[in-house]
Amino acid sequence: MTLLFLIPFAGALITAVMPARPKLWAFGFAIATLVAGLVTMFTAPDTNLIWMEPLGVHWALEMDGFGKLMVMLTVVLVPLVMVAAVKDHDKRWYAWALALEAFALLTFLAADLFVFYIAFEATLIPAYFMIGQHGGPNRAKAALKFLMFQLGGGLVLLGALIGFFVVSSEAGSPSYLISDLAQLDIGTTAQRWIFVAMFIAFAVKAPLFPVHTWLADTTEQATTPTSVLLVCVLDKIGTFGMIRLCLGLVPEASAWATPVVIVLALISIVYGAVLAIGQDDLLRLIGLTSLSHFGLITLGIFAATREGLVGSILYMVNHGVATAAMFLLAGFLITRKGTASISSMRGLEKATPVLAGTFLVAGLATAGLPGLSQFVSEIMVLISAFDYHWLVGVIAVTAIVLAAIYVLWAYQRIFTGPTEQPRPVTDLNRRELGVVVPLLAALLFFGFVPGPLISAAQPVVAPLVDVIQAGE
Amino acid sequence: MFESPGISYATLWPVLLVLGVACAGVMVEAFAPRAARFNAQVGLAVVGLAAALAGTVAIGSGASLGASTGEGALIVDGPGVFSQGLVLLVSLGGVALFAERRLDNGVSVFAGQAAALPGTPAERTASQRGLEHTEVYPLMMFAVGGMMLFCISGDLLMLFVALEVLSLPLYLLTGLARRRRLLSQEAALKYFLLGAFSSGFFLYGLALVYGFAGSMSLAEIGAVAEEGSSPLLLLGIGLMAVGLLFKTGAVPFHSWTPDVYQGAPTPVTAWMSAATKIAAFAAMLRLFYVAFGAEGDIWRPAIGVVAVLTMLLGASFAIVQSDVKRMLGYSAVAHTGFLLTGLLGVQDDAFGSTQAVLFYLTAYGFATLGAFAIVSLVRGPNGEVGSLDRWAGLGRTNPWVAATFAVFLLSMAGLPLTAGFIGKWGVFAAALGAGQWPVVGIAIVSSIIAVFFYVRVIMLMFFNDAREDAATVATPSYATSGVIALSAVATVALGVIPGPVLSLLVDAGGFIG
Repeated sequence: MTLLFLIPFAGALITAVMPARPKLWAFGFAIATLVAGLVTMFTAPDTNLIWMEPLGVHWALEMDGFGKLMVMLTVVLVPLVMVAAVKDHDKRWYAWALALEAFALLTFLAADLFVFYIAFEATLIPAYFMIGQHGGPNRAKAALKFLMFQLGGGLVLLGALIGFFVVSSEAGSPSYLISDLAQLDIGTTAQRWIFVAMFIAFAVKAPLFPVHTWLADTTEQATTPTSVLLVCVLDKIGTFGMIRLCLGLVPEASAWATPVVIVLALISIVYGAVLAIGQDDLLRLIGLTSLSHFGLITLGIFAATREGLVGSILYMVNHGVATAAMFLLAGFLITRKGTASISSMRGLEKATPVLAGTFLVAGLATAGLPGLSQFVSEIMVLISAFDYHWLVGVIAVTAIVLAAIYVLWAYQRIFTGPTEQPRPVTDLNRRELGVVVPLLAALLFFGFVPGPLISAAQPVVAPLVDVIQAGE
Repeated sequence: MFESPGISYATLWPVLLVLGVACAGVMVEAFAPRAARFNAQVGLAVVGLAAALAGTVAIGSGASLGASTGEGALIVDGPGVFSQGLVLLVSLGGVALFAERRLDNGVSVFAGQAAALPGTPAERTASQRGLEHTEVYPLMMFAVGGMMLFCISGDLLMLFVALEVLSLPLYLLTGLARRRRLLSQEAALKYFLLGAFSSGFFLYGLALVYGFAGSMSLAEIGAVAEEGSSPLLLLGIGLMAVGLLFKTGAVPFHSWTPDVYQGAPTPVTAWMSAATKIAAFAAMLRLFYVAFGAEGDIWRPAIGVVAVLTMLLGASFAIVQSDVKRMLGYSAVAHTGFLLTGLLGVQDDAFGSTQAVLFYLTAYGFATLGAFAIVSLVRGPNGEVGSLDRWAGLGRTNPWVAATFAVFLLSMAGLPLTAGFIGKWGVFAAALGAGQWPVVGIAIVSSIIAVFFYVRVIMLMFFNDAREDAATVATPSYATSGVIALSAVATVALGVIPGPVLSLLVDAGGFIG
């Protein structure tokens, strides 16, 4: 299982120093990681070695159903994104992308909190350079803002990490294994503090209102392949951490904080969607829709019913796929028009029918159209919201209406209308289609056959819900 | 009756060797011809330090560890020997940086003739003749000897003597810069005046403590203090703390730090910032745990307040600096705050304060040595370029140098996979374990502030375009590049596999009286 981390990591180093055809090497390593990911899913045994004995740190990796879904999402997206990025990114970007993949995979595999934390923080450096080295004119500022928010969250998480160490050494010999930590009997006050620290970190990561402000700036300035990796892979670590660590390790404190979290989630849902409607910059628009979606995911997690949690886990996968398609299509559109401003585009439907069609499908998936995969997860989350409280459900449902508005209105402004173009615009070429079609196919497939995803998520969710309901 | 004290030379010879090398260095200055001095001095220093380092390793792994010698004036215990070794390691790097002569047309960074007034014909003649002060090596050896004694001092007088022995050469070395001599001399004078003042405080406190306990020995003071306290003792603790806090650059005794860091020749800054901090914290840990352990309830809150102020002020002032050496100076102040946070914990058999602080010092020592070594490479037509604006774009013109500097900065910022992270984790864990959560909370806030100015430099180097008068990177000799490379390797290695060093520290145990 360590290989799954080592292959992309070694790939990053090799890509960085390879003088000839570095991008091809990087792509090769991404494919190798994809294969390794598939193989490990079925065969590899868990890893558990002692790493830093005095601190109780183990190099422990394991993969449950939840981990499998996130690993799959990551290893599939990275090669696709690399194909999309080939024209306007140099080899540094490819090396950083592999490094990012390596550490992101490590967070999803970590069975030791310390390892999780190290990987959690280590993803930021590649992300920082990816934003800072490629993108819009203000990218350096955006990269700094991104990093400051994330590192701030990370240092708060460090507080929780140390808190666990203190509790764990008082209980006997220190151990950071998540399975050991789950058995600790943590006092109510300590548990709440730990929860708050973890939640702040994951809320910054996810992001959630009010610590979301880095998101739109980052997606605006970064190139779309970077944004895909950030929003579709990296941000999932936030919601992943909420389930794995907040609910898993401090369930009582999670139940205690649920009302506040739900309010924040609702604000994110509505506020993100409303802001998205008002955006003129297409990339900011997509970034802000994610704020709304992460609100829904968080809502499903903290409603803490079986449907809600399964729905949220599915949502993380589906959102990853749908938003990746949205970002990449937006990127293709922007390279054609030379601007991300919606108001300077119109009537592209005739010139680029394929681009328009795929954009509409991806957009409708985002808006939760039945038959496309995001619908399944959205319904499950909404059911859990109504279970929690009818008012919460009612507010959350507005997300669907607002989503339809921002998707369709954006489509209308960009693609419909008079067709005169200042310069000829070409439709998607084969490379671009090769990137988008698999994503759309996945959206359709899992829209009709969500079974495999649900059955992967079920066993992870069951014990969490049991613990929480036992607590109530 | 007066009995001569029994001295265990088997455990003290590394210190004596270093001091002996210093004396031999003075002899070389007096009798060797000018042309031969440089090689002789560098050779002596390197051999002496290396042999002493080997000696401390042997003593550290030997059976005689934990013995007190010289009637309890010196205590050779695990943490003491560890910090001695660390001082020696950093000093070996320091000698390599001192001996660098390729950066500035074949002369070292030290003034040709310190006695010549800046801007006078005498100064010009000295630099035309290519003179340089090779006295810096014996001076450094004296300071290293003092630091090593400081790490193992078991009584108050020895502590004071060691403090003076290590301080005086530092004042001199600060004033010996070849370029920008006025700045350098001003820094030296400030350092000397404030340092002398703080020594006075220390001595006064020492006398009060002696008056309370009737003994110079730290262990006996600890024993007496356990039976009861008195205002005399508390006042003594406070005044002694002033002396030590000054040396480590804690707020409100920090004001010399940025000036001296900026004014001193960069190799001196590199070595001094690492080595002094190691020695001072080793002594401070011993003093507070062994002698004043019983008064923990009194000094912990006070040190906690100092730590909070130091972290916040150091980190905030570092943000507004435009000179890289001053920025690193204020960052050193912030690190003192983090180290003081670690001091708030308790001695523990497993992973306690002692281990945390010493690991932090190891991590910080390598990072700061390497960072200042790189600062000495970044130059313009008039010597080193401190102005951060002119560092812009360095990541494009010199990616390797900039990347290595970034590694040191990230370690200081405490990012995972660098030594600094384990160090930061350790001191926070030590303090939190002792229930000092408010201080840890502020430490986390300060870390966030501190991250900002480290990352901003990285942004400047990698994402900004170079200006017309951008600094260039001079090609150093193997000495400097070796120091940089080894520091970088150590910084990453201690971040990825800190296990061996942590185990070594746990085995070294706590300070004994």
